[in-house]
Amino acid sequence: MTVPWGETRLVQGNEAVALGALASGVRFFGGYPITPSTEIAEILARELPRLGGVFIQMEDEIASISAVMGASLAGAKSMTATSGPGFSLMQEGLGFGCIAEIPFVLVDVMRAGPSTGLPTQVSQGDVMQARWGTHGDHPAVVLAPATVRECFDLTIRAFNLSETFRTPVILLSDEVIGHMRERVTFPRREEVEVIERPVPETPKEWYEHYHPTASNVSPMACYGSGYRFHVTGLTHDRQGFPTRRRDEVNEMMERLKHKVARRLDELVEVKMHDVEHSRVVIFAYGSVVRSAKAAQVMLEKKHRRVGVFRPVTLWPFPDREVKQHLDEKDVIIVPELNQGQLIHEVERLTSDTVRVIPVQRVDGYEITPDEIVAAAMEVM
Amino acid sequence: MPAEFPYEHKYLRAKKKFPHVWCPGCGIGIVMGSIIRAVDSLGWSKNEVMVVSGIGCTSRMPVYLDFNTLHTMHGRALAFATGIKLANPELRIIAVMGDGDALAIGGNHIIHSARRNIDITAVIVNNYNYGMTGGQHSPTTPLEKITKTSPYGMVEPEFDICELLKAAGSVFVARGTVYHVIELDGLIRKALEKKGFSVVEAISPCPTNYGRDNRLGDAVRMMESLRDDSVNVAQAARMKPEELAGKIVRGVLADREAPEYTDLYLELCRRVRSSGEVGE
Ligand SMILES: Cc1ncc(C[n+]2csc(CCOP(=O)(O)OP(=O)(O)O)c2C)c(N)n1
Ligand code: SF4
Repeated sequence: MTVPWGETRLVQGNEAVALGALASGVRFFGGYPITPSTEIAEILARELPRLGGVFIQMEDEIASISAVMGASLAGAKSMTATSGPGFSLMQEGLGFGCIAEIPFVLVDVMRAGPSTGLPTQVSQGDVMQARWGTHGDHPAVVLAPATVRECFDLTIRAFNLSETFRTPVILLSDEVIGHMRERVTFPRREEVEVIERPVPETPKEWYEHYHPTASNVSPMACYGSGYRFHVTGLTHDRQGFPTRRRDEVNEMMERLKHKVARRLDELVEVKMHDVEHSRVVIFAYGSVVRSAKAAQVMLEKKHRRVGVFRPVTLWPFPDREVKQHLDEKDVIIVPELNQGQLIHEVERLTSDTVRVIPVQRVDGYEITPDEIVAAAMEVM
Repeated sequence: MPAEFPYEHKYLRAKKKFPHVWCPGCGIGIVMGSIIRAVDSLGWSKNEVMVVSGIGCTSRMPVYLDFNTLHTMHGRALAFATGIKLANPELRIIAVMGDGDALAIGGNHIIHSARRNIDITAVIVNNYNYGMTGGQHSPTTPLEKITKTSPYGMVEPEFDICELLKAAGSVFVARGTVYHVIELDGLIRKALEKKGFSVVEAISPCPTNYGRDNRLGDAVRMMESLRDDSVNVAQAARMKPEELAGKIVRGVLADREAPEYTDLYLELCRRVRSSGEVGE
């Protein structure tokens, strides 16, 4: 299966993720089977050997994320894919990727938890785990697709961001998007930008694996390139050697924070549909966006005008955009497939005069447009 | 530069990373010396050698070595190493691990690395306990021995590292001690030369924790015990089972041929690419 550039096809969400990865030049996949993510592994098991890339099914998810990071450090564009239980097992590795600044893409196709939960029905229960699942302060970049085409586009974007920012990027999909089939018109090859990680030009004896730059991201040599360097999960200095010196510790921690916090324009993406002129706005992400948009149309037929605000980037959270576009509204309806995760971010950023209303479901079924319409009708 | 350590100085990140973290009398530095001398004797360039470790006293080793080096998470050295090897098969990979790192938290990865027969050399420093965290019991702590988490004596039986990894599929398995340094240099060299998953268990004293908790004497006394309580495979072959009880057997314990994983994978890629075949 190659990327059907410029063509129109009926494609499944997980398949679109695999195609997006191939379009990005993925050359290493390490994973452990778990529904509803497995199609991604199965497609890459078939395609990567044909490209001279590596597919390996590891012994568990901890091994998977570790092998993926090893491969990335050796220069390969690398990824893994999993769901809730596996995502939990990957958390220590995710933190290693953040502190060691290793680019790779982690796809979490969310299913209902906690634990084995409802295998394998839809949920959005991992939103906070994606932000705070690993221990310690760390940057997080998380994208949530709402259509099959976005599965393709955002996988490419996830690779581009991870290589640009030298950090793990999470594609937070869900069971509905992952398993849904939709008609997709693929872009033409030349319309898609694929970014490679910056590599050092400094002489080998001057190389610092964590050199401070204006962007806070250092060019990155790979193992075996003749640049010999050290990588550790210990707090380290510019060369990668462990340190406890307070100035060096603070420099590293600040740099990790700022490399994301100071470049929000490149990271944060929101999409708005008739938000400007509506007093009531639905805030939705992932598969729930589809119900939100359907509800918007249904409400319009009832002569009720509502907007839809959707963060495509969940983390870093679009603080500025929420403040700017939602703080003057009367009501914000927040449908989520969990018991309340991003709603707290919306509450944090809006004044007390704004009513923030939850619509929540954790029974493994998608929130229906009717449920959102009912919530809207109560306040309109 | 002292003349008696010509190799060591060529391979250490001397200016940057010393003094090291290890206690006086610890054996880990001796294992590091053996690795250096083995690499040097093979004439490998520093650029082609990759040393990966997990977490623990032993796993602090890579930072001192002027190779490609990676200090990963507790137990995960071999999983990282697997990704590196597959992404760049040219690299010669050495994974250094403590006994807990390799066989408790990393037990899953080591048996699967052996089963795959991926071309990595695992050097396991066995000090019979968790050194770094203050001397708790490990999967290799012998029965009845005292550690901080077996204060009344260890009740779980221990793993025999070499037997376990032979059974799991390693093509080369050897055991040495840090007392028998020249022998250890040679065992590591043989392991490095071997294509496939090779293992060297290096028995090493932890005078600070295991030694003190079991009243095994000072570091020198512990080294003498390695001399007195071990025999090589040739001597062992001449001994009766009851004479062998409690003895450490040193030397090459398994050496066989089997197809190596990276080779098999690359061959699979070549086959698929040349035939244009698409998998089911
Ligand atoms: C996930 C995780 N669990 C526990 C620890 C704490 N810890 C650090 S080193 C270690 C054991 C080290 O013992 P061993 O592997 O035998 O190596 P040694 O220190 O004896 O060389 C433990 C339990 C950790 N760092 N990470
Ligand atoms: S605690 Fe034991 S293993 Fe660790 S450095 Fe000290 S003597 Fe060596």
